[in-house]
This record gives sequence, C-alpha cells and structure tokens, in this order.
Amino acid sequence: MTGSALQPARLAGADILRIGAVGLRARRARVVLSALGIAIGIATMVAVVGLSTSSRADLMGRLDRLGTNLLTAEAGKDALGQDVKLPKNAEPMVERIGPVQQATAIGQLDTRIRRSDVVPEDQPAGVTAQAARTDLLTTLNASTAKGRWLDRASERLPVTVLGAVAAERLGITGPGEKIMMNNRYVVVIGILRPVELVPNLDRVALIGFPAAERYLGFDGHPTTVFERSPDASVEDVRAVLARTVMPGSEGSVKVSRPSDALAAKAAADQGLTSLMLGLGAVALLVGGVGVANTMVISVLERRQEIGLRRALGATKGAIRLQFVTESLLLSALGGAAGAALGAAATSTFAMAQGWEVVIPLWSLGGGLAATLLIGILAGLYPAIRASGLHPTVALHAT
Amino acid sequence: MTVIELRAVTKSYPGGVHALRGVDLSIDPGELLAVVGPSGSGKSTLLNLIGTLDRPTSGTVRVAGHDVGALSDSQLSALRARHIGFVFQHFHLSPGRDAVDNVADGLLYAGVPLKERRVRARLALEQVRLGHRLSHRPHELSGGEKQRVAIARALVGEPDLLLADEPTGALDTASGRIVMELLHELHATGTTICVITHDQEIAAALPRHIRVRDGAVVSDRRSVEAAS
Ligand SMILES: Nc1ncnc2c1ncn2[C@@H]1O[C@H](COP(=O)(O)OP(=O)(O)OP(=O)(O)O)[C@@H](O)[C@H]1O
Ligand SMILES: [Mg+2]
Repeated sequence: MTGSALQPARLAGADILRIGAVGLRARRARVVLSALGIAIGIATMVAVVGLSTSSRADLMGRLDRLGTNLLTAEAGKDALGQDVKLPKNAEPMVERIGPVQQATAIGQLDTRIRRSDVVPEDQPAGVTAQAARTDLLTTLNASTAKGRWLDRASERLPVTVLGAVAAERLGITGPGEKIMMNNRYVVVIGILRPVELVPNLDRVALIGFPAAERYLGFDGHPTTVFERSPDASVEDVRAVLARTVMPGSEGSVKVSRPSDALAAKAAADQGLTSLMLGLGAVALLVGGVGVANTMVISVLERRQEIGLRRALGATKGAIRLQFVTESLLLSALGGAAGAALGAAATSTFAMAQGWEVVIPLWSLGGGLAATLLIGILAGLYPAIRASGLHPTVALHAT
Repeated sequence: MTVIELRAVTKSYPGGVHALRGVDLSIDPGELLAVVGPSGSGKSTLLNLIGTLDRPTSGTVRVAGHDVGALSDSQLSALRARHIGFVFQHFHLSPGRDAVDNVADGLLYAGVPLKERRVRARLALEQVRLGHRLSHRPHELSGGEKQRVAIARALVGEPDLLLADEPTGALDTASGRIVMELLHELHATGTTICVITHDQEIAAALPRHIRVRDGAVVSDRRSVEAAS
C-alpha cells in the first residue's frame, strides 16, 4: 500500500449522468419550471424557422409550378395622362420576339356587371369585365374550378367565365347561371380557380374577344399582353418588350414579372421571421438565467451532500462535473421539450395552411447546441462554487 | 505499521482559534478507540485531520502510509475513496433513494461498476442487519436504521479506517447500543475504528481511550478488560 500512486478513479459515463440526475429527481416541480424558459425559447426558434422554411418551400413550389418566366406588358398612360391603347396586333408582334414561346392578351371592357336586372345599375358588384384570348388560361397556368374555359366556338358567343372572387361576389355557384353585362344577360360557362400569378383576374368576368366586340362595343385593343419565354431569355425579352408592343411610345407601357410579387411577399415575411427569432433568443437567454439561478440555489441547499460526497472520495472535479451535468440535463430537458413543441406547432400550423411541413434539421441541431451551450454556461459558476466548498464546512452546515 | 500517525499536529483557525495544539497520536491496524473530551476541545477537528478532510496548520499526518501534506486535493480524494469510511452524527443519507443506492454510493468514487456496487451494498446492509430494509428510503427508516445504513455505506468499501463522529449522538439509548454493537462486530473482523463520543459508558466499553482537552491529548489509556 505504501508508495502506491493515489489516482482518483474515473467515473463511468452512465454514473456521471446518474449523479447529475439525482438533484433533478428530488426537485421535479422546480426542474419543470426552470426548464420552461429554455423550452419556450427553443420552441419559438424551431417554430419560426420551421414555419418560414415551410412557407418558403410552399412558395418555391408554387413558383416552380407557375413558372417565373411570365412577363406582362400593360398599357398605362401617355405623357399627357391619357390612357393609351396597345395596338391590335400587339400579341403577334410579341410572338415575333425570338425566344417568346407563347403570348396572349386581355382587353379592359367598359361594361357594367350586375347579378340581374333587379339590381339597380348604380350598385356596382365590384366585378369588372375583360376580353380574353382563348390561350389565356394555359399561358397563366390557371385552370377552371367548374365548367369550361372559352374555346374557338364560345369566344364568339355571349358567354362568360368568372374569376373566383367575381363568382362569389355575384353569387354564382356554377355554370348555367346568368349575369347581366350592360343590359344583356350572359350565360356563365365556367368559374376559374384563383389565378395565383395574376390575382387581379379573380375579380373579373372574362368574355371572348370576338364576342366582346360584337355584343359589348369593345374596340379590340388589348390592354395587357402576357408572354412566356425560356427562363434564360426572360431578361432579354424584358428589355425589348415595351418597345415591341408600342413602338415609339414604350414609356407608357408597364412591363412586370408577376412572380416577382410573390417572391417579394416572401422577402417581407423574412423581416418578421428575424424579429421572432430575436424574441426566441431573448426567451432562451432568460431561460439560461433561470437555469443558472436554479443551480446556484441547488448548490446552496446541498452543501451537506457536497461535503458527504467529498468524504466519500469525490474530487473537486467530480463535484464540478456533477453540477455541470445537472445543469446540462436541466437545459437539455427544456431544449428537447421545446424542440418537440416547436416541431408540433410548425406541423399544426403548416398543415392548416396546406403547406408541406419542412422542419430543417439544422434548426433542431442548432437548438440542441444552443441548449447544451447554455447548460454549460449556466452550470459553470455554480459548479465551481460547489467544488470550492471546503469538505468540513459543507458537512457542518446544518 | 500504523494506519494513522500524527506528529506535532496543530490546527488553527482564522481569528486565533487554536483547535489543536501539538497532538501526537498513532493508531495501529485493528484498533478500536474512543475519543472523548468536552465540547469544543477539538475532537471533530482531530477526526477531520485523520480523515484527510482537512490539513494541519503544522505537523505531519500520515494515513495508510501517505503523508497527507504531500498529497494533492485529488490524491486525498482517492485516499478517502479507498481507505477511509465516515459515519456522521446526522447520517447524511440521500433522500428519495433507497438503502441499497445510498450504500452503493460508498463505492461510487472508488470506480466500482454499478452492478458490483449494488451487490456489495446488499451484503453490507445484511452485515448491519438491515437485509429486510433494502428498498426502504431514508424517510421510511428509524433513526437507528438510518445510522446503520450510514455505517453500511462507510464499510462497503472495506476501508482500512472507519471514522465515526458521535455516531450515537442523535439516537436513543437502545438504537445507540445497536450501533455500538455493530462497530464492535466490525472491529472483531479486523477494521480499524475511531469513535468520537460524549457517552462515558460507550467510551468505557472501548479498548482504547483518548481524552482531549483544549486541543491537546491529555490521556491515552488502553484497557485490557474492555476489549472482551
Ligand atoms: N471552521 C472553523 N472555523 C473556526 N473555528 C472553528 C472551526 N471549526 C471548529 N472551530 C473551533 O475549533 C474548536 C474545536 O472544535 P471542534 O469542532 O473540533 O470541537 P469538538 O471537540 O468536536 O466539540 P463538540 O463536542 O461540541 O463537537 C472550537 O473552539 C471551534 O469553535
Ligand atoms: Mg464535534
């Protein structure tokens, strides 16, 4: 025995965890309450990241489906403030631009729309009329919810297809019903699904160009031209589109890319996401302070236990490890609960929105790393205090 | 060879308190001794030095051949984990954990695996005649039973030295008697035991008898007949 090197035994990993959990098991209510702050912080951050990712994934999916290669050229006002009209041959001219694959047009009609002749003429229904080409639907990647779209035959007839909102405002539930355009009954043959790229069309009653000219006094001049080209050529087309549509007075033509509006919406959400992330970080910080506070109290209350462990042969390091482990477990508990909560909130909300649920692994991993870091930081000071207690003093404290 | 050897040991606390003023003491393997003396005379201080929980202000303390003054804090911890068992007046059991787990903690810092710790804890509990209370938690045990659990925790590591600071101080006479019986039994199996007590009757029953007053050993008697 004499001279044999005295080397403290290393604690097994399972023992370290077991010792760290002793203090938690004895004070369950306090554990739950002090882990709550961390749980809320992590839940907020996981949910915020999850929701913004899910919504962005949904938007990307939609953009993918709708295509980002659609451009519109819209007649605006000339230098004198007068409404300008696009030439009748605006579409064929656009189609002649090299990369353009398809082009179509609509024309604003000056038509009053009512549900029936019982409704006074001066009570607008909030629905306008547009003349539409038969290839409008395919170009916009839109579709009908009910009934049919205009075709070669029906574009010549006094029939209309309603946007989703227009149908609702007019109280039309299905094809076959009639509405009044000016003083003439027109049969509804179809109702569109919401047109995501051009939401304005949701509030419109559409009628074929020939029919509009024949029955509603339309002059045949389009007001907006839509075109699609391969993604790589969009910028090239954009550069020449106004000039092509209105040679000589391209300044009065407004060219835009409808998918930009959708993307801009996502960017606007980004600001809110950062704010929420900040709030989550604050909650996490407060949670960390709560854990540190709990640990300091725990050390004060357990001086005798610390003294006893020292008497049983625990090194200062073992005492430090015990309290850091306890703090780690405490915050990991909060972190795990928070991650589960955040993931559940994301799933519930995203599913309610009809989005695909995307919870990035990095947000869970980041949350876990943050909790572990907080656990260590919050536990370090109390652990050092605990290990610095003199064994005899700790034992005598009553 | 001696288990404990103190040479000219003093211990002073800040504020001019001289708890020990030059103590010489040797304890041989297999001894059972009582430390008696009035309150404040330095008994607990002496026991803490012997148990390496504290270091002397001057003088040397050797425990199981190691010079305490030359060891680092973690080496002292290892020394306690392997060679010394403690029994305290107030038991210091871990609440909410059963007798087996409390006793098994006596082996925790000696690097014994959990399974073996539990097996040996059961044996130690049987040795203190608590085989029927294995899964009782401290609040389900009487004071005497708690102290027997604490004794089992001290002896489970088969220490060279068992130190007890007023082990019967918080117990009624009957429970105290059982505790002392156990210590005598342990002594009979060869364990070196040092007991602080205020109880003259208990002290008189032990083979060696050290009286401390004002931080000094004033008498050290061995009684032949008390051993039997
Ligand atoms: N940590 C300390 N700081 C200052 N003085 C102390 C400390 N511990 C003990 N003392 C003093 O040292 C002296 C001896 O104390 P000790 O605890 O050894 O006495 P004791 O003989 O065990 O008494 P009792 O029988 O009452 O337990 C006392 O005067 C006490 O006040
Ligand atoms: Mg004392």
